[in-house]
Amino acid sequence: MTSPTSTSAGGRPVYLVDGARTPFIKARGKPGPFTPVDLAVQAGRALLMRHPLPDDAFDQVILGCVNVVASEMNPARIAALRLGLSETIPAFTMQINCGSGMQSVDTAYRYIREGRQDLILAGGAEALSHAPLMLTPAATRWLAELGLARSVGEKLKHLARFKPGYLKPVISLEQGLTDPVVELNMGQTAEVVANLFGISREQADDYAISSHLRLAKAQEEGWLDEEVVPLYAPDGKVYTFDDGVRPESTADKLAKLRPVFERPFGKVTAGNSSQITDGASWLMLASEEAVEKYNLTPKAVIKDSEWSGLEPEIMGLGPAVSAGRLALRNKMSLNDIDLLELNEAFAAQVLGCLAAWNDPDFCRAIFQRDQVLGEFDRDRLNIDGGAISLGHPVGTSGNRIVLHLMNALKREHKKRGIATQCIGGGQAGAMLIEVI
Amino acid sequence: MNGMILKSLSGREKALGPFADFNETATSAWKHWKLKFDEHKIAWLLLDCDDADVNVLSQAVLEELDEIVMTLQADKPEALVLRSAKSSNFCVGADIKEFGQLSDLDEAKNKLSAAHNVANRFEALPFPKIAVVHGHCFGGGLELALTCDYRIGITGVSLGFPEILLGLHPGLGGTARSIDLIDPIAAMTLMLTGKTVRDKQAKSMGLIDTLIPERHVDAAIGAAVAGKLQRKKKSLKSKLLASAPLRRFSAKKMRQQAAKKAPPEHYPAPGKLIDLWENVGGDKDKTLAAEIDSFSELLLTETSRNLVRVFFLQENLKKQASAHRDLPKAQHVHVIGAGAMGGDIAGWCALQGLTVTLFDMKPEIIGKAIARASELCDKKRLGAAAKRSVLDRLIPDLHHQGVRSADVIIEAVPERIDIKRQVYASVEPLMKDGAILATNTSSIPLDELQKELKAPEKLVGLHFFNPVAQMQLVEVVRHSKLAEDTYHKALAFTGQIKRLPTPVAGTPGFLVNRALTPYLLEAIVLLDEGVKAETIDKAAEQFGMPMGPVELADIVGLDICLGVANMLRDSLDSTMPAAPDWLRKKVDKGELGKKTGRGLYEWKKGKPQKADNPPVGPDNLTDRLILPMLNTCMSCLRESVIDNDSLLDGAMIFGTGFAPFRGGPLHYAQSRGYNDVQQALQALKEQYGERFTPDPGWENAER
Repeated sequence: MTSPTSTSAGGRPVYLVDGARTPFIKARGKPGPFTPVDLAVQAGRALLMRHPLPDDAFDQVILGCVNVVASEMNPARIAALRLGLSETIPAFTMQINCGSGMQSVDTAYRYIREGRQDLILAGGAEALSHAPLMLTPAATRWLAELGLARSVGEKLKHLARFKPGYLKPVISLEQGLTDPVVELNMGQTAEVVANLFGISREQADDYAISSHLRLAKAQEEGWLDEEVVPLYAPDGKVYTFDDGVRPESTADKLAKLRPVFERPFGKVTAGNSSQITDGASWLMLASEEAVEKYNLTPKAVIKDSEWSGLEPEIMGLGPAVSAGRLALRNKMSLNDIDLLELNEAFAAQVLGCLAAWNDPDFCRAIFQRDQVLGEFDRDRLNIDGGAISLGHPVGTSGNRIVLHLMNALKREHKKRGIATQCIGGGQAGAMLIEVI
Repeated sequence: MNGMILKSLSGREKALGPFADFNETATSAWKHWKLKFDEHKIAWLLLDCDDADVNVLSQAVLEELDEIVMTLQADKPEALVLRSAKSSNFCVGADIKEFGQLSDLDEAKNKLSAAHNVANRFEALPFPKIAVVHGHCFGGGLELALTCDYRIGITGVSLGFPEILLGLHPGLGGTARSIDLIDPIAAMTLMLTGKTVRDKQAKSMGLIDTLIPERHVDAAIGAAVAGKLQRKKKSLKSKLLASAPLRRFSAKKMRQQAAKKAPPEHYPAPGKLIDLWENVGGDKDKTLAAEIDSFSELLLTETSRNLVRVFFLQENLKKQASAHRDLPKAQHVHVIGAGAMGGDIAGWCALQGLTVTLFDMKPEIIGKAIARASELCDKKRLGAAAKRSVLDRLIPDLHHQGVRSADVIIEAVPERIDIKRQVYASVEPLMKDGAILATNTSSIPLDELQKELKAPEKLVGLHFFNPVAQMQLVEVVRHSKLAEDTYHKALAFTGQIKRLPTPVAGTPGFLVNRALTPYLLEAIVLLDEGVKAETIDKAAEQFGMPMGPVELADIVGLDICLGVANMLRDSLDSTMPAAPDWLRKKVDKGELGKKTGRGLYEWKKGKPQKADNPPVGPDNLTDRLILPMLNTCMSCLRESVIDNDSLLDGAMIFGTGFAPFRGGPLHYAQSRGYNDVQQALQALKEQYGERFTPDPGWENAER
């Protein structure tokens, strides 16, 4: 791996005007009340209501979504139309796995920076509870052949070939979370990282507890009130907050959980991993012209972004690569990053990233530096919790951390921050923003 | 959506045969019809009623059709296509205006026979006749389509026989031809209920032979001409059902069911229609002949006359809105308060295609309103996408963010002036130019509410009735500072959301609540005297009210009734009886009626538990209930709370369900004689007290 893949070119300034997201709702073993587009529409209409604009004000709609459901091909377009935006606005969906919701922001950023467009709605939406159960290839073949059988006799004969195993579905979510190249589940890649940097079970559990406590405090203080808009189901049920939060988590309780991915000795448990949730998030990006034209009040400006790749079996270290390069390219030390949002796919992986920045071998290989980047102060990391407490709707998370970083920097009267996430398959994205 | 491209291509889709270049100002030999042969010698007959948006089968239209039949007999085409040139309808039925002009039975029979004659000769033309029906195809329109050999339905078509709602049954051969064409029980149900059937349902009934989008009309006509368009064959079951013994059996069941919906003593039409079925059903020619007599007799009944009057009362209310239809349509409504009224108003507006922001301080209350809107969509049988779109448009708003883009703001918060003023203070500065502020208050005079407003001229009352989705009436309430422009927007908006606007003055109780209150209070007094609730309700129902006053009080809520009654007593009429102590105690105990499960009745599963066969009440029971209501109506008219008696009668029928077959309270008083009403009130006054004092209006208004 060599030098950074992109540079912070000049171009026009790109503003983050505002954003909103749904609460992240825990998947409870069956499809939740909302599809990805339902979620995107509910977050989007609340955001658009705050900014009364003509229905053709936007030049583009981009939505990150990994698990597109069959009834919603190109969810970006369906969401745009359901939001009442003009049919003349192009809309496309992006998929780079866990980075999709940030890739949409970054693409919007580049379009505006280049001067091609002025106002873009960029989001992420995911309903992991809707990930389908699939038939095994053998069962599919059996069904297809049944359809081809002509006579009643043939059909009966074919029916007799049925095997009970055909009823066992393939859980697409489980399959999606397994890297097909290295044949490791995402949780196993976190085990690899934990091992390489000596992260203990206790450290991981301890990190998870702080994630819950930080989210609970943010909820209690009302810090998320503007960012999170309630979700309303057609049956009248209202979801007002990220319901995966467990402020009552203790080290004892977490210690009792068994490892999920590598029994019996693994360190990664359901308690120190991100939760499976449904949710959507949007950001409004604007050029200077759009800000003036529509009299908008931007909250932040996007300074730079960085995407990188690494070995799939250590995908969790990706943020250390991307965010590290982004900081260095912008002549920032770790201390210059006022706040860091590092998506909590797994506690072990978050801690692994911090350890990597303090690891001479890693820093030499990635940054071609003899000195380490150093210790990152955990008081500036994920200050209001993260995916461990509020969940990780994969296509949404990247968007959420940029949105939240913007709001958190404002609240804390801080200036610069980086949002970064690891991406299944061995990639990572990072984005540097500065509040106005 | 802008629909820019489709707009630029509009007008291309409709198949009009030789009339394709429809804008040509070709002269026609007829005023309401156009006839032309295409290159395959297929005649295209377009119904295009002169100077109207909708087609109606007036006498003039039928007379012209008679001439066309003769033309076609002389110069026979290969086939004939019958369709409408109007954009939204095939034909909505007979010209109801003409009904009132007939007063003599023989004259009616002659007119009807002549019309039958045209239809029969059209039907007998010796070539295939193909009706292409789109949009509304009702009554006489459907009967005309039934004389054709084929009916091609266009997606979205709705068909039906609404005659029963006017106290009639089909009169242009519909009773014979519908029974002849489809399952006779289905045909009878269609005619007895007046309900419309759409699209697939009409196809599966066999009322239309095929259901296609407009773009396949030419191909479908081609198939019909070539005899390749399949028609549903009459089933053996249908034939059996039309046999005499089974007709007797089904007629009996129909009579029972009809009586439940419409008591035969007030509504004779269902019975006459069932007679037709029982006596001659299945024999087309005999039914055709019998229909003429039966229809003519119904036409002259008091019930039918009054129901026709109600139809025009409704048209009159619609006109209050349509007079201002040139005003720009509202796009966005902001509703404040997601309780029973506000939430349902919001849901209704979203169903009507508006963007709605719904404010409440508590998300759970908005959630409940959304659940009700979702149920409403199901009740209206919306498809999945249409329902989703309604719910997408109904946007929860915890911070009044929607106010800035709203054209209409409707306040429906609790009836307290301080709360309402607080709401106005926070909302008024956010309103955009041209927006209006409406209040759904039922009891606070608008001249009080407008006092602290910066722009009082933008305030108007829009008083909806509960349940919003069922009650068509909206009182549009004026006040001293109301601007003309605001008032017109309020009327137009009410029409836009398919409600009937009634302009009323902003005096206490406006019209409807003020007129209902003495009726409800008298019921309480009667209860106090020991008359059974069931007895009271039965008397009112027998008069023709949709439900008795005791049940109504429970549904409205005893707390609300008591509040309105006290307000009216204090501000208007001190002769009104004070509510008895036991009623106040009931309210204090939380026994408020249907909503709490107990009020004047016990309520189970949304139904009052009534004893069967209640004892007979005092002789003057009905008058004691109804006359105070009539008396208050007269006061309202005299005090110009409402402009005239037809608006008043319309408002009472569509706002309270006042016995429609009686034509409205004032019409009823008129047919009974104002003198008689006055004397009856005077007698009641002498017996029961001041509250029955006849209004001076009875003297002066006698016509």
